[in-house]
Amino acid sequence: MATRAEITSGLGEILEEVAGVNPDDVAEEKSFTDDLDVDSLSMVEVVVAAEEKFGVKIPDNEVQNLKTVGDAVNYIEANH
Amino acid sequence: MSNVDVVVTGLGATTPLGGDVASTWDAMLAGRSGVSPLTQEWAGELPVRIAAQLKVDPSEIIDRVKLRRMDRAEAMGVISAREAWADAGFAEGSYDPERLAVSYGTGIGGVLTTLGQNEILEKSGPRRVSPHTVPMLMPNGPAAYIGLELGAKAGVRAMASACATGAEAVALALDLIRLGRADVVVAGSTEAVVHPLPIAGFASMRAMSTRNDEPEKASRPWDKNRDGFVLGEGAGTLVLERADHAAARGARVYARLAGAGITSDGFDIVQPDPECNGGIRAMKMAIRDAGLTGADIQHVNAHATSTPVGDMGEIKGIREAIGSHPILTSTKSMSGHLLGAAGALESIATILALRDGVIPPTINLDEPDDRLDLEVAAHKARSVELRVAMNNSFGFGGHNVALIFTQP
Repeated sequence: MATRAEITSGLGEILEEVAGVNPDDVAEEKSFTDDLDVDSLSMVEVVVAAEEKFGVKIPDNEVQNLKTVGDAVNYIEANH
Repeated sequence: MSNVDVVVTGLGATTPLGGDVASTWDAMLAGRSGVSPLTQEWAGELPVRIAAQLKVDPSEIIDRVKLRRMDRAEAMGVISAREAWADAGFAEGSYDPERLAVSYGTGIGGVLTTLGQNEILEKSGPRRVSPHTVPMLMPNGPAAYIGLELGAKAGVRAMASACATGAEAVALALDLIRLGRADVVVAGSTEAVVHPLPIAGFASMRAMSTRNDEPEKASRPWDKNRDGFVLGEGAGTLVLERADHAAARGARVYARLAGAGITSDGFDIVQPDPECNGGIRAMKMAIRDAGLTGADIQHVNAHATSTPVGDMGEIKGIREAIGSHPILTSTKSMSGHLLGAAGALESIATILALRDGVIPPTINLDEPDDRLDLEVAAHKARSVELRVAMNNSFGFGGHNVALIFTQP
């Protein structure tokens, strides 16, 4: 089981790869769209990469609730 | 003949000979070949294991994250368009974005994306297919990306006429400016299909050279021992502008685009008409459009791809439409055949020949075909003061395009 810090750092790696986000900017309170400039197509890539990395299933209707990095960490922590 | 003058004010290219126009032109004048062996693992089983691949990879120029969203053809188009736009030197406020259009094509489209994503689909399932797939494979993608990059708002037109695409995109730009639909048009074409499927397809048609052991000698237009074209990749871009618009902003003018002729063969889906009837009509149409006569055409950058039938048909056509006086060259002997991008790159070579008074060579013309009865700048660049020159492009589907450039 990955810790919250490990999940956050894993998401940071994905965000860097997919959207060129500086991993140092990735923190739980950051909004994907407003703070990290991740657009909707990149978000799809982030979700698919996170599913693979953390062995979770993130259904499309759940993705809209993942506004911040913290939301994603909560979901992954609860479901992986 | 139109009373609206259209001029060329910017050039850009990324090719197997160089990462920009200057290095590509230098290589052409030096008679260098851009053809090399395909060292990729997939090349092993192909009958054709040579190609003219880009000299400078797009990853050296375009940001990694941006590049993930672009097909290679799109990236090359954007790179050459950036160069052309910078070369044209538009100052802030010297043009109206709502009067700036793009006319840009590709012969085959984002085939590397299509095939690459299909592999992912088969191997890992539909969920793993990139959400960027559609904008990467769509044939209007290069035009749209260039429009986005330059903020062009007078329409982004996407051309597709196989190996005549680049020339037809330039011809459309001429129409757009003459019809008053735009002041400035960024025109050209891009092609990136160095992949086993397109190569196998062309090879199955027996259209490609299999001179695998001598890559640099494989593209040999009009030579007795030619055995097909050599696939090339690359992109070329021209900035075309209404002459008075260019003059008002004090732009440097390379040449005038004086006329264009477009015809279709109605003969066969892939075979060129051996009598070159469609090509003759296109050349004559361009000459009329430019208000010139055949006697005025001093130089032709020919389509001549190094295939047995096509090369000689065009010779017949040039003789009939223009006469026996023009000096020909086929820069494909060096760049390989850039398919959809050929007409764009070869327009650039034609324009620079006018500018510098020098015709780039046709390399590998060691034993001219007996039927070659026109003069070719064989082996070495030829210094000739030029006032008027033509570029021919013909494509699968029976497309024929002739463009005429003159001194400004």
